[in-house]
Amino acid sequence: MTKSEIVEILSKKQNNLNHQDLEASVKMLLNLMSSRLSDGGRIEVRGFGSFSLHYRKARRGRNPKTGEQVALRSKYVPHFKPGKELRERANESRAKVTIQS
Amino acid sequence: MTLTKADMVEHLYDKIGLNKREAKDLVEMFFEEIKISLESGKNVKLSGFGNFVLRDKNARPGRNPKTGEEVQVSERRVVTFRPGQKLKGRVEENIGSVE
Repeated sequence: MTKSEIVEILSKKQNNLNHQDLEASVKMLLNLMSSRLSDGGRIEVRGFGSFSLHYRKARRGRNPKTGEQVALRSKYVPHFKPGKELRERANESRAKVTIQS
Repeated sequence: MTLTKADMVEHLYDKIGLNKREAKDLVEMFFEEIKISLESGKNVKLSGFGNFVLRDKNARPGRNPKTGEEVQVSERRVVTFRPGQKLKGRVEENIGSVE
């Protein structure tokens, strides 16, 4: 499922907001989430999960094409921890549906 | 500095002019649709943000971290998140240089 498919589904399931407002809202939500993580913050949505940042130490890497050594700076990467409800619903679906590629 | 659903509702109210009820419903529905998709076996791809990807894990031996007792971790389906290039880039740019 993609962002535009979510907008389509939301559009069918409710009558208050028009397509344009829905699309703008979904984009804005994702942007807000990205911004908060970029600012070093966290996101917590009960039943869905939380996003935080994980630290990665500086290390020496290699350019996979040339084999040349490069120094990689320390950085933060986004991390998602599924909430209890999402964890349980995903796991319970294992017996019923296979994962689509 | 934690972003919550209440903050998201406030933001949609301020920036798009949805009323509080509409904004609250939309935020709830947005996360619910992602959950529905995942429990239908469908991965979710949010371009610019990242992908929620399902994985089936085999059973494996584990340990109770408190007691040290050996237990079998049952097979399970888990949700993983793979941040997109754009999000990873934004995170690195803004706080990558923080000591």
